[in-house]
Amino acid sequence: MSTPVDNAVQFADLSATTLLRFATAGSVDDGKSTLVGRLLHDSKSVLTDQLEAVEAASAKRGQDAPDLALLTDGLRAEREQGITIDVAYRYFATPRRRFILADTPGHVQYTRNMVTGASTADLALVLVDARNGVVEQTRRHAAVAALLRVPHVVLAVNKMDLVGYEEKVFAAIAEEFTTYAGELGVPEITAIPISALAGDNVVEPSAHMDWYGGPTVLEHLETVPVSHDLTGCHARLPVQYVIRPQTAEHPDYRGYAGQIAAGTFRVGESVTVLPSGRTSKISGIDLLGESVNVAWTPQSVTLLLDDDVDISRGDLIVPSGDAPATTQDVEATVCHVADQPLAVGHRVLLKHGTRTVKAIVKDIPSRLTLDDLSLHPHPGQLAANDIGRVKIRTAEPLPLDSYADSRRTGAFILIDPADGTTLTAGMVGESFASPEPVKADVDYDGWDF
Amino acid sequence: MTTTAAALTEGTDSPYALTHLDALESEAVHIFREVAGEFERPVILFSGGKDSIVMLHLALKAFAPAAVPFTLLHVDTGHNFPEVLEYRDRAVEEHGLRLHVASVQEYIDRGVLKERPDGTRNPLQTVPLTEAIREHRFDAVFGGGRRDEEKARAKERVFSLRDEFSQWDPRRQRPELWQLYNGRHAPGEHVRVFPLSNWTELDVWQYIAREQIELPQIYFAHEREVFRRAGMWLTAGDWGGPKQDESVETRLIRYRTVGDMSCTGAVDSDATTLDAVIAEIAASRLTERGATRADDKMSEAAMEDRKREGYF
Repeated sequence: MSTPVDNAVQFADLSATTLLRFATAGSVDDGKSTLVGRLLHDSKSVLTDQLEAVEAASAKRGQDAPDLALLTDGLRAEREQGITIDVAYRYFATPRRRFILADTPGHVQYTRNMVTGASTADLALVLVDARNGVVEQTRRHAAVAALLRVPHVVLAVNKMDLVGYEEKVFAAIAEEFTTYAGELGVPEITAIPISALAGDNVVEPSAHMDWYGGPTVLEHLETVPVSHDLTGCHARLPVQYVIRPQTAEHPDYRGYAGQIAAGTFRVGESVTVLPSGRTSKISGIDLLGESVNVAWTPQSVTLLLDDDVDISRGDLIVPSGDAPATTQDVEATVCHVADQPLAVGHRVLLKHGTRTVKAIVKDIPSRLTLDDLSLHPHPGQLAANDIGRVKIRTAEPLPLDSYADSRRTGAFILIDPADGTTLTAGMVGESFASPEPVKADVDYDGWDF
Repeated sequence: MTTTAAALTEGTDSPYALTHLDALESEAVHIFREVAGEFERPVILFSGGKDSIVMLHLALKAFAPAAVPFTLLHVDTGHNFPEVLEYRDRAVEEHGLRLHVASVQEYIDRGVLKERPDGTRNPLQTVPLTEAIREHRFDAVFGGGRRDEEKARAKERVFSLRDEFSQWDPRRQRPELWQLYNGRHAPGEHVRVFPLSNWTELDVWQYIAREQIELPQIYFAHEREVFRRAGMWLTAGDWGGPKQDESVETRLIRYRTVGDMSCTGAVDSDATTLDAVIAEIAASRLTERGATRADDKMSEAAMEDRKREGYF
């Protein structure tokens, strides 16, 4: 439970707040746990019994001060080993906004963990140690944020207290990162000098860095715009479920339920159903029991159409004239998230939107090294945490958007048909990296990251 | 939610921003519909507590104007609050639903389960729950668990695969990417589904207020005969309290969570309305479970250990 308590919070004030999902990324000693702990603690989201539990557990381990990492390390094995195994989701709130934080571990296996956390994030918070500046792992974090197309990236230059709160240290790191991330296509970067340990510029403005005129981390999180301008988006509704009451009251009701994946739909609009290509017109939109004229992402709605067209789960409803091409040949950038490798020739299931189809891995043209964004041609297989290009042939045509256009209808997962394991996270189309392998004339000995 | 200017929110430059409650509602409805589309025999765990009441409300909205395509399952500890059981039966009746009851008392009477020395029946729910899942071949089991409740729950996926023994293995969880939930499971396995994963206690209460959802009266301040045990106010009753050295007094209290009477504590409160409850929670310095649950205090990993065994 999480709400600032010093001011009386009224229902009316809180009901209008928006939700921001963000992910943290940082290596082990960058102070990520301290920053997360500081955000939760200083926004008064850590309650007495939680803090007492952390104090007791820290004392039992012989630590002098409460170890705020114990707030987020929830599993027995994590506490025993003092490491974070998996993504944890944390919740906190201010009167202006509510937050869902995907707290991703900085240890081994971090690529898939960061991909998992970043897949639903509106913002990625990348930490660097001011003493070390931009290091390889910082570049990997920037690359993953770019690959996943997280709309906002915050660079938190931490441990400013250890570099004398020097403006030029911060400015050099901020410029190097902004240049690098900008080349990757990260649309918006905000750099903030902080000390998570001392509390500078996390929740409260720093008294030590009057040269910095920007927002604190929390202020930025509170004010960054969550939603995009939807006017230019391709509208997409993956059909989840057909609602047919067949009751005396609703003998002919036939609604196509789903969460709008992108864009807006309006009553009266002509729509096309994919993959069949049949067309109709929207005669009504039910927004969870309320009739509306317009609805947009990510609302869960039920569309009613003029004609009794054959539509079922897995179909995609789109505006006529703005339909994606359907294809059985998928080219994508993927992050492999399972322990067993993905190899050319593997038979898999591909889930895209609400549709799951059989598929086969035809080719793995390249594997990407995030450190320097170089491409290793024809690796044969992808191991856990590898990012690469793949070509997949599907058993049925799929209406695919480019991930660059739509994070939802351009994304898919691969599933092992034998045991149901989630194998791979996929993003359709060109990524920030060049589409074909460039060369193999450099001697790399560390492909795995 | 309407599409008028009233829905526009501050702190954003887009007219298409949703309030946090609308975003959470939309996500939960999406989860309900995914399960309805992909599973054969889903069931909603329904205790008559506020989280399961909100789940049922969301399910009703997700499939309206059609009926909810799920049955309900209640694990009755035998020490449930009568007001809550009455609410449960009324909800089932009103919405024309089907309810399965798995009874801890019946397992004790048959000699399959043994009463614990501390009288707490909460951990005893695991066996009746897992056997009911097996007997009815449920392949998706909705629970009202929220990640903000407890740190082991913070690690829980929205779709959480359980093996044929209903066990949770936190180290072998599937990564959950975008909104692409993976419900594949082998025969005998099932998936626990948590549509309220991303909700907090305050979200639940704000949603109850916004949607004007009726709750059992024990959530609101009322006078009740209680006694002190392990730092909590427990309801006096046939279930096993008070003991000789414990004395009953009448206090103005309410419940923040609803569970087995032997381990669910009341809090002192004069909040008789939804607004008062929300103000009280917003000002509370204790978490919901920290304030009212004895079973979570057993050890640092009590919840994780129970979840591993098949608890919800």
